[in-house]
Amino acid sequence: MTDTGKQPFERHKKLEKNVTLLAAATFLTVAVGGIVEIAPLFWIDNTIEKVDGMRPYSPLELAGRDIYIREGCYTCHSQMIRPFRDEVERYGHYSLAAESMYDHPFQWGSKRTGPDLARVGGRYSDAWHVQHLRDPQSVVPESVMPQYGFLADTPLNVADPSANLAALRNIGVPYTKDDVAKAPADLAAQADPEADPGDLAARYPKAQIRDFDGDPARVTEMDALVAYLQMLGTLVDVNSAAAQEELATEKGR
Amino acid sequence: MQAEAAMGRAGLWFGVMLLALAAAVMAHDTGFAFHAGLVAFVAFCLMWMSASRFDPAGKAEGFFRMPEGPSKYDDAPVRWGVIATLFWGTAGFLAGLYIALQLAFPVLNFEPYLNFGRLRPLHTSAVIFAFGGNALIATSFYIVQRTCRTQLAFPGLARFVFWGYQMFIVLAASGYLLGVTQSKEYAEPEWYVDLWLTAVWLAYLAVFVGTIVKRKEPHIYVANWFFLAFIVTVAMLHVVNNLAIPVSFLGSRSYSVFAGVQDALTQWWYGHNAVGFFLTAGFLAMMYYFVPKQAERPVYSYRLSIIHFWSLIFLYIWAGPHHLHYTALPDWAQTLGMVFSIMLWMPSWGGMINGLMTLNGAWDKIRTDPIIRMMVMALAFYGMSTFEGPMMSIKAVNSLSHYTDWTIGHVHSGALGWNGMITFACIYYLVPRLWKRTRMYSLRMINWHFWLATLGIVFYAASMWVAGITQGLMWREYGADGYLVNSFADTVAALHPMYVLRAFGGGLYLAGFVVMLWNVAQTLAGRLRSEAPMTETPYDPDADRPLPADAVPAE
Amino acid sequence: MSVYETLRHFADSYGLAAMMLVFVVLCAWPFLPGPRARADEAANSIFEGQDDGE
Repeated sequence: MTDTGKQPFERHKKLEKNVTLLAAATFLTVAVGGIVEIAPLFWIDNTIEKVDGMRPYSPLELAGRDIYIREGCYTCHSQMIRPFRDEVERYGHYSLAAESMYDHPFQWGSKRTGPDLARVGGRYSDAWHVQHLRDPQSVVPESVMPQYGFLADTPLNVADPSANLAALRNIGVPYTKDDVAKAPADLAAQADPEADPGDLAARYPKAQIRDFDGDPARVTEMDALVAYLQMLGTLVDVNSAAAQEELATEKGR
Repeated sequence: MQAEAAMGRAGLWFGVMLLALAAAVMAHDTGFAFHAGLVAFVAFCLMWMSASRFDPAGKAEGFFRMPEGPSKYDDAPVRWGVIATLFWGTAGFLAGLYIALQLAFPVLNFEPYLNFGRLRPLHTSAVIFAFGGNALIATSFYIVQRTCRTQLAFPGLARFVFWGYQMFIVLAASGYLLGVTQSKEYAEPEWYVDLWLTAVWLAYLAVFVGTIVKRKEPHIYVANWFFLAFIVTVAMLHVVNNLAIPVSFLGSRSYSVFAGVQDALTQWWYGHNAVGFFLTAGFLAMMYYFVPKQAERPVYSYRLSIIHFWSLIFLYIWAGPHHLHYTALPDWAQTLGMVFSIMLWMPSWGGMINGLMTLNGAWDKIRTDPIIRMMVMALAFYGMSTFEGPMMSIKAVNSLSHYTDWTIGHVHSGALGWNGMITFACIYYLVPRLWKRTRMYSLRMINWHFWLATLGIVFYAASMWVAGITQGLMWREYGADGYLVNSFADTVAALHPMYVLRAFGGGLYLAGFVVMLWNVAQTLAGRLRSEAPMTETPYDPDADRPLPADAVPAE
Repeated sequence: MSVYETLRHFADSYGLAAMMLVFVVLCAWPFLPGPRARADEAANSIFEGQDDGE
């Protein structure tokens, strides 16, 4: 203790004998990085801007998304196209931050055992999706994807569609009170060609209203999942002049 | 008084059971109903145990031949931690081998419960949190008592930490099979399981810090700093990344409060530091105690360990964005993540050198002591994967490696090579001491385990490296006509042989672990295998002669 | 100049030099003579006494 101050690192001795100081210093050291990197994302332009066409998920799409999460699809499929020539040719325009602004949580993925799905919507027919989910190898012989035929046999059972929307509304997704109240009806109507969808298409622009699983008699989990897959990447017209202009002027990139 | 206390406890568990049953009946989804039922079942068992003062833990301790009687240190939770590490290791490695086979032979998927998408989080959580987590709890409780020369603070709370953590594992694992997940990698458990883990983790912090506070040694040994950083940082990461709003208090589903790009960076800030603090800082603490103990010489440079500690924990936190290169995350954040990842190479190798150089002057132990050999191999793999990691975080490299199996190979060279090997070595060190045996049942079996595991990792890492680069190059391959050459399905077909080789490597690794299970079981039973000692060098009379007069010196 | 560019220019000039200096100092420190006795004492503390709970 005699030469304290002479050695620049001598003061470390104190930390080696005081667990409170050690814990506090450790916490401060590990807190810095996260604050500097994450906090700005909540206010810089290109991570919070809204682009034309983005809207929250309809109740049926949301139910499909919940099934996508439940089955762990994200373990093999990404939803994030990088700005490379081959990816853009293979999957479509590179993904924008705004396109996942209502994704709680995000589904960018980390592994492509299967192809990227960020813009899979509208690329295949409903029947293709149903057949592919039932028996992937019958459509793509090389595929290593598991079979998901049970989705077509399981009626879609969402305990309380309004509660799902209300929870998302509480954390900032711009559902209206009307949307929340009409969630159960919207959920049933979007997959049922017989039902009257009301103003569903007005509240959820570009929403696809039809029977998805080839069985109009009932709404199954297959309906919800295919409805979700068919809307992925279809909301924003990324190639429109306005969108390109906005991309050129964004700040903080 | 004791009877009254026991009845009071029984009443408490009865209350918990009623609440859980009510939640099970009113649950909004089957996953939540199952979990509430599970909690009710556990509460019922605990109620029955309190009321009849039935002590299954005591019986089980007899089954596992745990030594009785007072001891200088409180080692019961450590012994249970060792057993749990072996149990969950078996589960996690089996699940890993199974999903590896599923990728090679998709007929092994059985919808809905045994599909790859549900089993993969089961594998990752079982090996990281169940196998690794129990190893960390056991070794931290062992080390903190010895380095502080005192017993565990709050012994009751320490037992709660251990059993509460097992409850967390069971809830998480059964949830994945039932589809209860919030889809954040390595943080899949839903909100109520997260809350439970938070309670367990705070208790862990209290026991650990409490033990350090009552220490009888003025200095806090470096291993404890790493454990402290691991516990504090994991608490911070867990709480922030799992901020979510439940849809209902009677349902499993919740929605993360963050969305899109903010959620992505929060997740990978968590995800990368689950590696940095769970799988690195915590296991470095094991290294800093057990390597010097087994080598019987102090750590190479204590001052290097101080630098290692502060630079490692400071730099690691920044590295998360390298998981999001070329995504919609702003470029500056990606670059920052890349730069810090590359800087991270230095403290990582500083730590590796510090561990390896501890053997300076005793390198012969690598030949004679299979436990030291495992530790050295663990450090070598630590060095290799902490070189590979910074390299893969360079954006140009990452543009090829991201989304491919190269990442999987990288993770496993770290997980199997570093975390697995150092854990096995520590268990081989601990078991004879905790069960008061003279040595492990068989040292030669440790040697077998070492070679099976090493060969398994070589197959695994090599096949995934080839698979990843094949995948990356095939995706971006253009023909002379200016069109993409391969469809996605072509690239899947090309990987099949590599997936088979990977499963073979995993099988070898599991085989080595089975040898370990047998070895530990026999040690617990009190047996010693009669075998030729590892150190014996056979006498060769032909070699034992003076040099001939006309021999030419080597130089 | 934007904040980003200012910071980047700093990072690849004085920032880089300062980091290099810190790196060299940290590398050298464990080998300086200084209070070696105390570090050795701490490193050896795990070998004192009956540690294995006999």
